[in-house]
Formats: sequence, C-alpha cells, structure tokens
Amino acid sequence: MYDYAAGKQDWLAAGLPSEGTLAGLPRAGDVARKDVPTCRLDERMGEVKERVRSGGWEVCVVVNQENVVMGLLRSKELGSDDDAQVEHAMRPGPSTFRPHVPIHEMAEYMSRHDLPRSPVTTSNGRLVGILLRDDAERVTHELHQAMHEHHEGTSDA
Amino acid sequence: MPREIDRVEVQRLMEAGAQVVEVLPPAEFEEEHLPGAISLPLRRIESQARDRLDATKPVIVYCFDSA
Repeated sequence: MYDYAAGKQDWLAAGLPSEGTLAGLPRAGDVARKDVPTCRLDERMGEVKERVRSGGWEVCVVVNQENVVMGLLRSKELGSDDDAQVEHAMRPGPSTFRPHVPIHEMAEYMSRHDLPRSPVTTSNGRLVGILLRDDAERVTHELHQAMHEHHEGTSDA
Repeated sequence: MPREIDRVEVQRLMEAGAQVVEVLPPAEFEEEHLPGAISLPLRRIESQARDRLDATKPVIVYCFDSA
C-alpha cells in the first residue's frame, strides 16, 4: 500500500485532471491575470512606477530571482518617493492563494474580506498571476447564469 | 505501514493499474477526486476494503493534504 501524503491538494495544484461535480470549473489560476507587472527588491520606486502606470496597472508584485512573491506595491506604496528602494516601500508578505481554488470560493472570500486583489502562487510561492476581485465576481456570475440557463433548458425538455 | 510517495510516482503507479482510494467523506469525493479513484472513507475502510479492492493490485490512498 502507498500513501500519497501530499494528497488531493497537491494533485489539483499541479493542474492535473480530476473528476467530480467541480472538475472543469474555472479556478483562481485560470482567471488570474498573468500580465501583472513585477519588480525586484533592489529596484528604485521611480522606475517601477513608470513601468506600472504605463501599463495601466495600479499594482505591482515584488518577486525574487526565483519568481517567489516577496511583497506587493499597491496604489499607496506606488506613491512612495522615487528614490526609495522597493524593498523598503513594499507591503511585505501579502496573503496568497493557490491556483486550484474554485473561482466561486475566491469571489466569496475576497468579497467577505474586502480584498480587491490577491497574488496567486504555486505551493512553493512562485507567482502565477494576480486575481482581481472584479474578475472573480464576473466569472462567478457568468457561471451561475450558465448553470441557471442549463437548468431552465433541462426543465423545459 | 504504507510507503509515502509523491505525485510523479502516483502517476506512474496509476498508469500501471494501481487502485486509487480517497479516504475523505463522500461529499468531498463527489465534488472532486483523482481520475478513477474509489471513495472509501476512513470510517468504512476496515469493513469495506476487502470487498471493494483487488488484493492483487497496488493501492494508493490519499486525503486532502499532509496536515
């Protein structure tokens, strides 16, 4: 007998196929925006701000050389002095979520905790993307609508 | 004593015909489980394992995580 100790969480986090009523539904990793700007701890805020704002973003994820999330620069931190180093300006250790969490659970959690955005990372902390609450809520709404329409269609048949 | 294995070995054993057993409650199994897994919740494992599992094939058990 063998013990897969890391379990279902490890399997789903790796994006491997699954079966069941939730299988195939969108997850945090599917909806997270992969084009979020990133910066390094030793960069100056001036250069980072320019890069972030020119892309139309109001957030930047601070990562190390292995792409592990170290912190976040939100609007407030992006207002820091241009000469400040990212390491000193960032908000360290943001809450992160794993890519396999179903999107409806993310939408509910983000709404309940008033989280406008959250980095999505692998179990070893590497950045996958950033999940915006608006995106999570929109996709959840679309899912509910599709399920409702499917149910109506089935009832009519 | 079961031998602890990782995801890669799970995939290899699955391809070789191993039986995969989820020991979580049935509601969690219904929501999502590994492909081809059998639901055998912990409280039923002793009474049902003999009837539901093939003793000639390897068995992999799993729950949600290692916690």
